[in-house]
Amino acid sequence: MSKYFLRRTLILIPVLFGISAILFTILVMAPGDPFEELATNPNVPPEVRMNLRAKFGLDDPLPVRYARWVASMVRGDWGFSFVSRVNVDTLILQRLPTTLIVLGSAQLLAILVAVPIGTYSALRPYSIFDQIATTLAFIGFSLPTFFTGLLFILLLSIHLDWLPFIYRSDISATGWRWYWEHVRQAIMPVAVLGLAQAASMTRFMRAAVLDVIRLDYVNTARAKGLSEGVTLVKHVVRNALIPVVTLVAIQIPTIFGGAIVTEQIFRVPGIGSLLITSILTRDYSIIQFVALVLAVLVILVNLLTDLAYAALDPRVSFRA
Amino acid sequence: MEERELRALVDRVKAGTLSRRRFVRMMVGLGLTAPMAAQMLASAGVVEAQAKWTFNPTKRGGGGLVKTLWWQAPTLLNPHFANGTKDQDACRIFYEPLASYDPDGNVIPVLAAETPSLQNGGVAKDGMSVTWKLKKNVVWHDGKPFTADDVVFNWEYVMDPATAAVTIGPYRDVVRIDKLDSHTVKIVFKSPAPFWAAPFCGAATGVIIPKHLFQAYKGDKSREAPNNLKPVGTGPYKFVDFKPGDIVRGEINPNYHVPNRPFFDQVEMKGGGDAVGAARAVIQTGEYDFAWNLQVEDEILKRLEQGGKGHADIVPGGNIEHIQVNTTDPWTEVDGERASAKTKHPILSDPAVRQALNLLVDRGSIQEEIYGRTGIATANFLNAPSRFVSKNTKWEFNVEKANQILEAAGCKRGSDGVRAKDGKKLKFLYQTSINPLRQKTQQIVKQACAKAGIELELKSVTANVFFASDPANPDTYSHFYADLQMYTTTMTQPDPQRFMDQFTSWEVSGKDNKFALTNKTRWRNEEYDRLWKAAESEMDPVKRAALFVKMNDLVIQNVVVIPVVLRPGVSGVSNRMRDVVQSGWDSNFWALAYWSKT
Repeated sequence: MSKYFLRRTLILIPVLFGISAILFTILVMAPGDPFEELATNPNVPPEVRMNLRAKFGLDDPLPVRYARWVASMVRGDWGFSFVSRVNVDTLILQRLPTTLIVLGSAQLLAILVAVPIGTYSALRPYSIFDQIATTLAFIGFSLPTFFTGLLFILLLSIHLDWLPFIYRSDISATGWRWYWEHVRQAIMPVAVLGLAQAASMTRFMRAAVLDVIRLDYVNTARAKGLSEGVTLVKHVVRNALIPVVTLVAIQIPTIFGGAIVTEQIFRVPGIGSLLITSILTRDYSIIQFVALVLAVLVILVNLLTDLAYAALDPRVSFRA
Repeated sequence: MEERELRALVDRVKAGTLSRRRFVRMMVGLGLTAPMAAQMLASAGVVEAQAKWTFNPTKRGGGGLVKTLWWQAPTLLNPHFANGTKDQDACRIFYEPLASYDPDGNVIPVLAAETPSLQNGGVAKDGMSVTWKLKKNVVWHDGKPFTADDVVFNWEYVMDPATAAVTIGPYRDVVRIDKLDSHTVKIVFKSPAPFWAAPFCGAATGVIIPKHLFQAYKGDKSREAPNNLKPVGTGPYKFVDFKPGDIVRGEINPNYHVPNRPFFDQVEMKGGGDAVGAARAVIQTGEYDFAWNLQVEDEILKRLEQGGKGHADIVPGGNIEHIQVNTTDPWTEVDGERASAKTKHPILSDPAVRQALNLLVDRGSIQEEIYGRTGIATANFLNAPSRFVSKNTKWEFNVEKANQILEAAGCKRGSDGVRAKDGKKLKFLYQTSINPLRQKTQQIVKQACAKAGIELELKSVTANVFFASDPANPDTYSHFYADLQMYTTTMTQPDPQRFMDQFTSWEVSGKDNKFALTNKTRWRNEEYDRLWKAAESEMDPVKRAALFVKMNDLVIQNVVVIPVVLRPGVSGVSNRMRDVVQSGWDSNFWALAYWSKT
């Protein structure tokens, strides 16, 4: 087991280097530059822009820039944003809590919706409830979040005027009012993200429960005289959740991707909107860092899933 | 318009038969700037109209929170590093300049005790210096007094090349700044400075940061200053909180140097999202009080305004959407460079073809069908005085006449309907950035040209690429590897001198200067160069204005550019807000201390 773990971890190093090299080259070769706005402003003499480019090392040859970047990343120095001249880690840490709260609540909502609905659908397959749930699930995962987001804004903010559509990280109210305001503004982004997640998760849950419910030990449990509720919770749902949990884990990076768009629509000041503005202004250090973190996240989640499988099922070879 | 005619107009304002505002509008129509027009009036002794506020409170504060929305979020709070107006505006909440430019271009003192003039001896007769008296008893937010040392320090800070300040423009013309006493500074210029109100005025380059907090961070260490993110200024609001790319918050400054101001207790500037969303939050739902730069189609604005919660505030400025006509040949490579200054455009060098193109841009339809209130058709830069007196400045759209001109110039129609001259077809590449308004404009021009036997090929480039300063990318506007190109040039700076250098021969953009210089059309004209140099040191504002008008005439007569529409600034303002006076020549927040709400 430890050997397998070591081998898998060592493979990560070249993979990371490969990813970082590709990321870096593509970004740097993409047209545009961080001082574009200065270029179109006749008040700013061109020398200033040239000076800034030289100062921030943008005029050096590509391999030199790559080496410098990798070296500073290894040292733990993530660089600074060319646009705000603030360190990347400060910017990221400022926005991490918001993203975690929104994504976490969305994920929680998805689970709370998907598990009961998926289970109930599986218990009564092809009933009216199942038909409706299936239809809604299909609608849910075929509509992109940017579209449902706009629909929500149109309905809840503009027509009904119930919820604000601009997310503010600084709310001056105190006490209960503060919580209430936060909940109110988070409802729409969380609902948009969470329901999209719930749609696919419901389908997985339904399939998993259908698989499990036919198995012998469920019949045994019933034959033992256990109540339907206990059978369901302890034997069916518990076992059905195993593949669903794996799926949820693997989907985490995808959720991050979806969150980028949603954050932009609702002006949620999270990592996603930071990434978008950075891309628009060609703020290399931030884009590289966020993209790299996402890549690492995918790899790590994959590694963890593999390791978890290996631990759960020894037949997945340690030796191979 | 000659100097004599300009003087006659100034006299009419003096006599009261022409309103100040009307005069300023006319001058802007001539391609001048409002601050310059105001200078002409001041030199003739016309007294500046003081800004009038509808609400004059008897005590400070009590207004609660004012919520403003910028769809591009501010990224830093050191005015000398500002990446654009969003950062300048955010800085202006906390920092102040010596003086601001009001909508008519008047220099309104802020940190200065009075506006210098020839009459009060502030402006030297030879134009070599200007003396500013500073307001006394102004304190920084941390309680330290604001003095002449701070003003001198800002100049030193900006001039240090290692600081990499983007505000350096107007300060390069300053030789030295003398501190005459604790509250008087004398700015000495390298050469006579007709526009002396450039250094330390306006939000773009003029705001002043405190010496005691920044002196340790001049030059190489400029990025490390903790106050880059925590401004300590003299402005109406004190710093509370800033998240780059998201939000800026301020609270009332109880020691603000203007009595009974400001009205609001807190200010919030939220960034991010898109222009339509911002317009909606202010004009339709009323969630916010003010929104910046609503680049939204007028049709949408009108629909949102029906809600009755807010309105679009249209502020005239000097931004011009225009078409540039290449004078060099973009299709031949000379010394490894296309559109080299050594070449001449094979067809567009013919004045007749240029004249015809000018007649084929239907500015009327472009305004009516595309821009609405947000783009005013302009023949701009034009000269005949009668046209300025009449309210409808005339441009001409005349396919017939264009056909005649082309016919007379020997451009014959081929079997496919496209004209050709000496075997060369009148086929041009017309490029612009991707923007629905611009693509529609391209279509209108293309259709009109087709009727006159000119074929246009349309090209649109992503804005990020088109406006990039990357010397290796051939698709940028500064390479101009096309026959025609269209974009908006911003003339928000208060003096046209720098703006007009885009037609001088020494500014020709090319490979040897990494395409960084401003003359994109690569047009060269000796007379223009001479006029430009004369204007640089002409101290009589009226004579100087006449020089600029002549320069404009040269550009228009030679059809170096074809002006399309003037693009005023558009802000969203809640109907409950009062005194949200916007100036096309200064920050959106130049009068923030005077804003109020019912």
